[in-house]
Amino acid sequence: MTIHEFLSPPVESARRTGPHDRIVMSSRVRLARNLRSMPFPGWAKKAERIKALETIRPAVESLPQLTGAFSETMDNLGPLDKQILVERHLISREHAAKNAGSGLVLNKAESLCVMINEEDHLRMQALRPGLLLQEAWVAIDQVDSELERKLDYAFTAELGYLTACPTNLGTGIRVSAMLHLPGLVLAEQINQIIQSVNKLGLAVRGLYGEGTEALGNVFQVSNQMTLGEVEVDIVERLNKVLLQIIEHEENARGMLLEKKPKIVFNFIGRAYGILANAHSITSKETMNQLSLMRLGIDLGEFPTADRALIDELFIITQPAHLQKKYTEKLAAEERDVLRADMLRERLQNVSRPNPKMPGNGGGSLDKRN
Amino acid sequence: MFCKQNPAKVHLTQIVGDKMQKVDLCEECAKQKGVNDPAGFSLADLLLGLGASQEIAQAGGGEEIKCPNCGFTQADFKKAGRLGCSQCYTTFAEGLEGLLKSMHKGTKHVGKAPLALRQSRDLTERLKHLQRKLDKAVTSEDFEQAATLRDEIKETKDQMTQTAPK
Repeated sequence: MTIHEFLSPPVESARRTGPHDRIVMSSRVRLARNLRSMPFPGWAKKAERIKALETIRPAVESLPQLTGAFSETMDNLGPLDKQILVERHLISREHAAKNAGSGLVLNKAESLCVMINEEDHLRMQALRPGLLLQEAWVAIDQVDSELERKLDYAFTAELGYLTACPTNLGTGIRVSAMLHLPGLVLAEQINQIIQSVNKLGLAVRGLYGEGTEALGNVFQVSNQMTLGEVEVDIVERLNKVLLQIIEHEENARGMLLEKKPKIVFNFIGRAYGILANAHSITSKETMNQLSLMRLGIDLGEFPTADRALIDELFIITQPAHLQKKYTEKLAAEERDVLRADMLRERLQNVSRPNPKMPGNGGGSLDKRN
Repeated sequence: MFCKQNPAKVHLTQIVGDKMQKVDLCEECAKQKGVNDPAGFSLADLLLGLGASQEIAQAGGGEEIKCPNCGFTQADFKKAGRLGCSQCYTTFAEGLEGLLKSMHKGTKHVGKAPLALRQSRDLTERLKHLQRKLDKAVTSEDFEQAATLRDEIKETKDQMTQTAPK
């Protein structure tokens, strides 16, 4: 089975729901683990990496949580396949660059994904829609506990789980959430929020993790410290900060609607105008405009559309997903035209935004969560 | 402060638990490290990129340390920012200490441990606890209690030898 046949169609993955999903797009907990007796993947020779992969892969595949999983070595996945996995946030960009000696095991629900020989021998992650960090931690903790019976982990009582990079040492845990924060961006409060979050020892990154831009007003917040703190405390601390960011985002939206409704409606109206009428549009502009339309949906401006439609468009308008629909290799300009065609078609039945001015009897905020 | 060439103009503070980390950078270094890019910056990455390799290099007192297990050297760490194998943590322990202190909440692991170690950790705790109780019982001349405790201690020690990690 190819990865395309295995992955759920974008229309389905866009329909996954979870707590606070109006702002929190997804939660993730990742653990880094290594084998005691083998050099870390970045330093290992190809033969050693292959040997590590051959030790780890069957152990991972045998887990009950990964029955019926998709399991493949990275050299058997084409560049387009890998890019699609990145666009779905299932593997890192670093892992997509790997070939022989690295592997991937992904469960059917796309809630568990194990990268073998990324920066560490094992990078296992649990994914959940919405804000479900605790649940994700419990899930990945179980996977890890079962794996430790089959594999000899590099661990010392003093330093915990040993990782290739000292930034992951100890618990090897990275807890993160992907947040959609158009309100804070429009209200120009986002930098302030990022700075305060940084001061708490947490990192804020762009859409695709380390060193990437915050396209579509999507930000990733994660812990940085992994040593000297218990996992549940790290999870709990991040959870608290996220709840505060959610509150700030809601407040920013409320404040914008009350004080600058015309500015907000202008942005949303223009976003709709462009997306529903453009004949050529880049993936970057698409994301930024879709973000504004998503905000419009949250504000009740598009009664005929739902968030899942926008989230689906978020996925299928990305370069690799778009390319996948065509057999011949498309140039960027060709993709821009096809992307615009697709957007016009998909937005055909979405009627124009209908702003509800505050004090006009219209509900200004639709707090569903 | 980091490049030691230009005057520092960017001053950063990050609070980690009850510790405060300060970094002073010149404009060039700040730009290079993406300090002004709100989405891309984190202090740990910065410290790792700029300070760590020097610290590891200095730890050897000029002489190059090489990991006996995997052949990894300080120069390699400078290049990659990653270590070679799990043994490297012992090999470069001295140089890593300050680095770990600067980027983590503590320098001792307190989280999850593999089951076998978790059990031996629990048993060690239990043994200490029983030993204290025994001392108390002996001091207060409660010999009946002391005898019971002595048996419990023996039992715990037996368990420890059984579950000892490989």
